Amino acid sequence: MKSELTVNGRKIELDVEPRMSLLDALRDELGLVGTHAGCEHGVCGACTVIADGEAVRACLILAVQADGLDITTIEGLAPARGELSVLQDSFCETHALQCGYCTSGFLLAATVLLRRTENPSRAEIERAISGNLCRCTGYTQIIEAIELAAERLGHRNTNEPEGAA
Amino acid sequence: MKPVPFSYSRPDTIEDACVLLAGDEDAVVLAGGQTLIPMLAMRLARPSQLVDIARISALTGINALDDGGLWIGAATRQVEIERSVEVLRCAPLLAKAMPWVGHAPTRARGTIGGSMANADPAAEIPLAALASGAVVEVKTGTGTMELTIEGYFLGPMVTAVPEAALVTGIRFQAPPPGRLGTAFHEVAARRGDFAFASAAARIVLDDNGHCIDLRLAIGGACDVPVLLSDVGAALIGQQLRRTDFDDAVGAAVAELDCIGDLHASADYRRRAASTLAKRALTEALNEALGAPT
Ligand code: FES
Ligand code: FES
Repeated sequence: MKSELTVNGRKIELDVEPRMSLLDALRDELGLVGTHAGCEHGVCGACTVIADGEAVRACLILAVQADGLDITTIEGLAPARGELSVLQDSFCETHALQCGYCTSGFLLAATVLLRRTENPSRAEIERAISGNLCRCTGYTQIIEAIELAAERLGHRNTNEPEGAA
Repeated sequence: MKPVPFSYSRPDTIEDACVLLAGDEDAVVLAGGQTLIPMLAMRLARPSQLVDIARISALTGINALDDGGLWIGAATRQVEIERSVEVLRCAPLLAKAMPWVGHAPTRARGTIGGSMANADPAAEIPLAALASGAVVEVKTGTGTMELTIEGYFLGPMVTAVPEAALVTGIRFQAPPPGRLGTAFHEVAARRGDFAFASAAARIVLDDNGHCIDLRLAIGGACDVPVLLSDVGAALIGQQLRRTDFDDAVGAAVAELDCIGDLHASADYRRRAASTLAKRALTEALNEALGAPT
């Protein structure tokens, strides 16, 4: 069955079985393996991507349901090849990852938060990542990374949303 | 695990969706999919066909009604309800429940109608609907029905919606005129997890501070969300004081048939329900006392 979507700015036409999740389509059909498969039933948040501006779980959307959606994956977050977004940089600097399995999900969930909220409080950050599990870091450094990115984005003299720059 | 194979259709109208559902007894409605897709992945659901109703425009929207009530289309995403000023104004109890529904990424996809049709005993939207006295609008192959919320929840994930029918909208009626207060509380292992117990309360006072309406409902603790109508019956007509809640709630909660499982015992759920109920009533009363007439 056909499904036409935009992934990281490119128009894509998929022809998949209706039972295929968006997660499997991204990984297996499009080779975008930065979106991770954790639980595959909506518990861990490892598969988080951005769909039409909202953080969503790619394992809880069928590829055929994604017809017409505009999807951003971890591969679409950096401004250019070899660069990192402000948030990605902050994750490196505050040691917000260890094994990295959960990281792309956290980055996309937090990217949406930073686009919508200029100066997120700690409680707002905690709420935004409450659907993402990390088994390594204990979360503290992840929260610090998001705070650091928010501060840096606040100082930038541009209106461009995080992730686009 | 991966789902069993099924076919997928995306009708444009409510009528087409009803025809598809009536023509295939193993067809299942797909709205936001935030409960159904995990069930498919675990093969707890094995439908022959998914009927995706999410893009039927007649099923989406949040409309303030002339009588002060609010209509919300079944396929309206939870995130839109959470951010809606109309909901805040016309259905404040629902607005207070929304941040407790799953996590932001599931609210971005999940719908109000999906949550009502699924009727998980621990779900927040059905509880807010019960405490608000909402009406569930349903389309069957032959006509439409309006289901009152008091008889809607028949068992865990079983509702009064007939086979092959489609929930089309939820109507939140305006509370009786007066000073309104609402509150919603819940406990779960972690934020966004299924509630062990939850409580939703709505109180309306007249100009002299007498209670003219009181609805208290408990979720998560029993097989279905329950309206504690005895609490309303005991307290309506009175000048409410905080201490009145202890006896009325204590008596009503003692009657409940609470469920116990690995996560929380029946006893714990009963105690949590009682504490949350009193907290919700107190908060609703304070809000009503502070509210302009
Ligand atoms: S893989 Fe999607 S939530 Fe775990
Ligand atoms: S860094 Fe290992 S799970 Fe989060």
